Order: sequence, then structure tokens, then C-alpha cells
Amino acid sequence: MAVEALKLDNVKKNFAGTEIIRGLNLSVAQNERHAVIGPNGAGKSTCYNLITGRYELSSGRVYLKGEDITNLQPYEVKRKGLSRSFQITNIFPKMSVFENVRCSLLWAMGYKYSFWHMVGGQSKLNEDAEKIIEELNLKDRRNTLAGVLSYAEQRALEIGITIAGGSEVILLDEPTAGMSVSETEYIVGLIRKVTEGKTLLVVEHDMGVVFDLADRISVLVYGEIIATGTPTEVKENQAVQEAYLGAAMEEH
Amino acid sequence: MACLVRGSLKRKIMNNIIQKSALSAYVPWVVSAIVLSILPFIFTGGGAITIMNQIGITIVLAMSYNMLLGQGGMLSFGHAVYMGIGGFVAVHVMNIVENESLWLPLPLLPLVGGLVGLGFATIIGSFSTRKAGTVFAMISLGIGELIAACCIIITVFFGGEEGISGDRTMAPPTFGIEFITQKEVYFLIAFWVLISVFCMYLFTQTPVGKMANAVRDNPERAEFVGYSMRWVRFVSFCAAGFFAGIAGALFAINYEILTEQNLNLNMSFQVLLATYIGGVGFFLGPIFGAILFTLLQTVIGLQTDLWALYTGIVFILMVMFLPAGLTGLFAMHLIPMQLGRLGMLVRPYAKIFIPGLAFLIGSIALIELINHARHHGEEQFMTLFWIEFDTKSFLPWIVFTLMVVVGFYISRIIAREVTEAWGEATFVEGERR
Repeated sequence: MAVEALKLDNVKKNFAGTEIIRGLNLSVAQNERHAVIGPNGAGKSTCYNLITGRYELSSGRVYLKGEDITNLQPYEVKRKGLSRSFQITNIFPKMSVFENVRCSLLWAMGYKYSFWHMVGGQSKLNEDAEKIIEELNLKDRRNTLAGVLSYAEQRALEIGITIAGGSEVILLDEPTAGMSVSETEYIVGLIRKVTEGKTLLVVEHDMGVVFDLADRISVLVYGEIIATGTPTEVKENQAVQEAYLGAAMEEH
Repeated sequence: MACLVRGSLKRKIMNNIIQKSALSAYVPWVVSAIVLSILPFIFTGGGAITIMNQIGITIVLAMSYNMLLGQGGMLSFGHAVYMGIGGFVAVHVMNIVENESLWLPLPLLPLVGGLVGLGFATIIGSFSTRKAGTVFAMISLGIGELIAACCIIITVFFGGEEGISGDRTMAPPTFGIEFITQKEVYFLIAFWVLISVFCMYLFTQTPVGKMANAVRDNPERAEFVGYSMRWVRFVSFCAAGFFAGIAGALFAINYEILTEQNLNLNMSFQVLLATYIGGVGFFLGPIFGAILFTLLQTVIGLQTDLWALYTGIVFILMVMFLPAGLTGLFAMHLIPMQLGRLGMLVRPYAKIFIPGLAFLIGSIALIELINHARHHGEEQFMTLFWIEFDTKSFLPWIVFTLMVVVGFYISRIIAREVTEAWGEATFVEGERR
């Protein structure tokens, strides 16, 4: 079997003695679109923060394409090819849309801490940035400060920043939260487009989006994965229905 | 990847040289160079050149400070330290050159100051840039206090309270110039101001310069796009130290003496003030700040001993009502200008000018009058705005108080009109801002 794109091995996390993540095992295959669902407070965002080095693990290991990335710094995780978005929009507000995207490309394109290149003169860099902006459908907002974009546009930019630089594994945290139906459609279409040929892990509350997008779904309840499988399997799973899905499905 | 990048850079530079873009990009710099060369022939007075020299030094210092505050989001309370250390070493080097133990033409001395500033910033930055915000500010404050205290203790280097002095004219002549006159020094300073500002501009256009903005805006996200916020800050910090060191050496050349006052916290606050007044959000902001601040300090300073009070008031008003600084005020007007509605603002501005001016003059006069009564009470007459009057009579007090009260009242009424006109002049249907 091919090596998993992302693998969590018995990951635990305590906050002030309370166990929030209680032995999490998760494996995401290469090029798979994998969704994580679960009630509020189940530890979905915490799980992301543990993978990407924002929080330190209490125990367990995280592997990216077979390589141990446990407790690396966020920038090291990104350099290894894993990129994430945030639940709360997390962009560079006082920079233009173009600068936001271009900055997200810099490291991946090998510029590092260079103070001897002029970014304006790097044609490949600028072309790539323009291409991403076009993909995001933000072309007419190119020179607008990111902080004054509409919410949906900011969410799109958030995804743009995440996918810029061509990370192979993409983690999205509630990409459609707080969006109208048409905005959701736009974002889902965008996600489909930009994650083509990549491994996607997505946390999402909107079950329509989840069942539409995901190849496999894991259900996270109180810091544990209670089920993993295809959308149909998960929908039919007794434990899932009891714990979470039944209530969530009625809502929608 | 790296070699790919370099290859394309070379190609791009070649293209730039060939294409017109190279020409248009250098226009502002050529114009600046011409203006700087003409200035001493317009303002020929010795006093004017002295002030211009001071402005030039402050520009380099304030611009370097803005690499931290405006570009990198680091609030430093001890930036004068890097200028001071660079300056002290420059004076020592000047003395070594005088003893003929070292051959160094004076125009290269700022480079020495810069390297010293860079070296010192590397040491301090290695631990102070770990965190931004309060931690960084407190460390900078501590370092500022520490070095100022060292000035009194380590007299071999800092020369105690008298400081140390040198003689710039003893350096080997450069193309026959011995830098005896202020005007000769002016050209040396102008040259370095231009070079420094140009290099600082180039820095903002580099990957690390762009990432400095990103780290300022959102340090956490910067980490998630692959950059360590600490390293980005560190590089900016070192660069800022380098240019501050250049300013220090220019100071050493201009004044031929450095004392504790050139690197203490007071000096650091002055840098902060000048930068902020100019506008931290704009690359060129500190230039205007440096000009205004130095004029307040020198021109107003000659007229009244209360210049620091006025500077303080200007600073507070700026922070409260115009946080984008002087440059922000100009930039604001670009919107109505682009809409072709600048004309709509002329009338309300003209209307508020007279009562506003009356209020301003009245306030200054009252402050000066009180100061006069407090400190020079024995002198009956004082001169203010070229008018001599009797401070013992009630008339000036009444006139100035009336000016303040009436001026303020009318300004308040007209201010509403100005706000309305502003709203109209900048209103764009369906446009978010």
C-alpha cells in the first residue's frame, strides 16, 4: 500500500489536565479528499493546530508522506508541503490581494530571506501570483487591500494563500462557514478546482458540502474518531447517527 | 530552483536596462538628486545649511526607524542606540585617521558607522526579535537605558558626560575637498541620504521586505506560508541598525562630537516622534516628519524655549486625529483629486482657515504669555509675531483669550461644513472603502 499523505498515530492533547484529543488515529491517502466532521467542541480545530505545529502534542506522532513532522514549527510544516487555512479569516489585511498571494508564494519558490532579489522583476513569481488570483476570481480586486474585501472574497483569498506555493497536502478549516448558498457554491467550486491532484483534509459543518466534496469522511466526537468511511458508510453507521449525524441531518 | 531564480533575475535586469521602465523608475531619484544639489544654492545662509544637514541626518534615522515601526510592526524605544554607537565609533575612527594610523577618506566613514550599527543590531536582534509587541518594546527600552548608563560608566569609549570629539578636516582630502565648510558637509550628507533612502526603498521590494509587511500584518499567518516571523524581524532589525549607524556617522561628521544625549531614550523618543508625525504607513512619510520635526526643533526652537511643548502637542493631535501622519493627510486628498472634486473642498477650507488661524495664534500667544509671566515677569514688554506689547496690561490677555474662544467656536461650526463637503467629495456610489 502506498504511503499515506497524512497519518496521525494515537495523538493526544491535554489542556490544563483536561484531555481534549484522546488518542486520535487518522490516515489520509494520497490525492484523497477527506472530510472531518463532528459536533462543536469535538476538537477538529485543535486537531489541525496539532498537525500544523500551532500547538504541541501531549503524545503521539504525526507523519506527512511517511516523514515524522511531530511538533515541528508551523513554517517547517509548511516547507515540508502541508498548508492550511483557518476558520477565522487569517489574511494580511493591510496588503493588497496581489501582495497577499505573492507573499504566500515566496518561500515555495525558493526566495527565502533574500534581500538581493527585487520581487517586481521576478516574472515567474508574478505570473504565478496573477494565475492564482484569476483562479480565485479576484482579478478585479487585485489591488484592493485584503482587509476591505467582502467576507466571501476574504474566504476565497484565504484559500488562495493556502494553496499558493503548491503544497501537496491542504487542510481547510470550515471554508464555507457563515456563507450564503451562492457563496458556498462559489467556494466549493473553487476548492474542487484548486485541490485537483492534491490531498485535501477539510473540516466542515455544512453536510451538503461534505457529502458533495469528500471521498471519505471521519467523524470526530469528543477527541476520538468514532467512524471512518465513504459518505454512504458513514451515513449508515449506527454510532455516528446516535452521536452526531442524526441531529445534524435534521437541521439541514 | 535558486539558480532558476537568479537566471531570470539577470534576464529581468537586462530587460529593465533596455526597456523604458528603467528610465521611468529612476525619474524620482534623479529629480531628488537634482533638488538636493540645488538646495544649498537657494538657501544659502549658514544657518539654513546647518538646518538642512540636521534634516538630512534625521531623514536617514527616521527612515531606518520606520523599517521597524512602519514596515515591520516593531515598536522600538531605543533606536537612537544604533545611531549613537555608529556615531561614537565614527568619531573614534576619525581620530585614528587623524593620527594617520588608518587611511580613510571622510565620505566612506558613514559606511563604517553603518557596519557598526549592523553589528550591534545583529547582537541585540538575535534575542530581541523573538517576540514583537510589548516584549520587543520593553527590551528596546531596556537596551536604551543600559547603553545610556554605559555612557557614563565606560568613559574610555563614550567619554563620560563630555562625550568624545574629533576633527573631520584631518582626514585625507577627497578630490581636494577637506570638508571644512558646512556646504561641503552638506553634499556629503545629501549623497548619503539619497543612497540610504534608495537602498531602503529597494529593501521594501525584496522578498524579505515584503514578508516584513506580512509579519507586521499577521505574524502567525506568515509562519503558515513558510516564514519564521523571528527571522524576518531579525533581518529587518539588522537592516534598520545598519542605516541608523549611517545616520550616526553622518552626525559625527557634521557635529564632530557625540555625547550620551545622542543615544539616550530622549533621543529615541524624538526619532519616534519625527517618524510618527510624518506617517508610519508610508515609505516616504518619515522624510516629511524629519523635515517638520527638525524645523520645529531648530526654527521654532530659536523663537521660543517651549518648542518641545509644541512638538508634544502636535504629536498628540496627530495620534488622536491623524494617525496616518502628514503623509496620510496628503494621501487622503488623492481620492477627491482622482474624482476631480478637489475644488469642492476649497471653499470650506478657505472658510475655516481664518478662525482656525485665529485660534492657533491665540493659543500660542496665551501659552507664551503665561510662560513670559512665569519666567520673565520682571520684563514688562515682550515681542510675539513681530509685535511688541505690554504684558502688564490686560489688553493682550483679553485679545488672545477672545481669539482662542471665538476662533474655536467658529471653527467648530465650520468644521461641520468641512466634514460634509469631505463626505460629498469622496462619495462614490456603490463603492466599498
